Amino acid sequence: MPQLTPSQTIGPFYWGTVVKAYRADLAPPGVSGERIEVALVLHDAQGAIVPDGLFEIWQANSHGRYNHPDDRRNLPLDAGFEGYGRASTDTDGCSRFATVKPGRVPWPQGGMQAPHINISIFARGLLNRVATRLYFDGDPANAEDPVLKMVDPARRPTLLARKDGKGAWRLPIHLGGANETVFFDI
Amino acid sequence: MDKDLYRRPDGATHPANLSPEYKSTPGRAPRQPAIVLPHTLSEITGPLLETERLDALENDLTRQRSGEPLGERIVVHGRVLDENGKAIPRAIVEIWQCNAAGRYHHPGDQHDAPLDPNFYGGGRVRADGDGRYQFITIKPGAYPWKNHHNAWRPAHIHFSLFGPAFATRLITQMYFPQDPLLAFDPIYNSVPAGARERLQAAFDMESTRPEWALAYRFDIVLRGRNATPMEN
Repeated sequence: MPQLTPSQTIGPFYWGTVVKAYRADLAPPGVSGERIEVALVLHDAQGAIVPDGLFEIWQANSHGRYNHPDDRRNLPLDAGFEGYGRASTDTDGCSRFATVKPGRVPWPQGGMQAPHINISIFARGLLNRVATRLYFDGDPANAEDPVLKMVDPARRPTLLARKDGKGAWRLPIHLGGANETVFFDI
Repeated sequence: MDKDLYRRPDGATHPANLSPEYKSTPGRAPRQPAIVLPHTLSEITGPLLETERLDALENDLTRQRSGEPLGERIVVHGRVLDENGKAIPRAIVEIWQCNAAGRYHHPGDQHDAPLDPNFYGGGRVRADGDGRYQFITIKPGAYPWKNHHNAWRPAHIHFSLFGPAFATRLITQMYFPQDPLLAFDPIYNSVPAGARERLQAAFDMESTRPEWALAYRFDIVLRGRNATPMEN
């Protein structure tokens, strides 16, 4: 059988092609759900911002349905909403996305997960994609989310986006240091 | 975790994020162990980019500008497979690379080598139903990168693949066979021995175009599904 291809860093100079598939606006007019803005800010282990990183996001629609054949539940799909976004960090280390708040999706052993956005992070100096999740601070469903329950309570805030002064859900992501974000092995 | 839909990589495939010989890693590699997530709908689904429109010439990096780029024209082709040997049909393959002189068309690249106005170095293609893809490009040059004294990156092409799920996302680099710089490159050597060799393309005499281009074959293998499917 063929063997898995190893990962390598995206490097600093990925603009050449990757920009062609930038998607900062996930939800064209007509897509149902609560419109939100998400601001992801990338920091290195010293707390400095990372201006040459790339974020990708993947989420369910407002009904909690993923636009994918392996989500076979009988829930509505929204025309024009794939649930995928990609944007590089700017000089402030920030990637912004306009989307809708995702609905809840089930947990394999029963129950539901709280609304969340799946995040991939790529950057020079990262030899593998690192993955985390964004949860919405204050969402009552967070209390029963099986993934948040797996996380040391002291570190859970690293996964909770909060509304900033402009109404965007802002999540600082720290690759290391005292505030290191919780990352997931998926 | 034995019910996970996608097989988990063994410890001998991917590089450690903390690979100090590559000097950008200590400041950016997470130190806390990642929490192992069981595969839920969030991990087993992912962008298929089925509606992404690709132009016909996006896989020919020698015909994207008004003139022909300088350098050695090559065919780079292969298949996108999973670990079970199954083709991943219609996968989008994205590549980017420097020009023949070793310079990226990117404002951050300050290497003292000429830009080529006829080479931007980015390409995309959608693999066919058997996972086959092909690019026409220019053999990239080596370039210095200041990681350590007299550090040179071996010639490489960056590859980006999505596969069928969020869990299968992969970004990697393709190298050229028997490049003498491989032995000195901390990024290539961050991958465990026995796996790093998979990043070398094979010279492919059969696919060369007589009087026109040499050819290299690079198959990409993404995570495969476990034998027992997860019940949803």
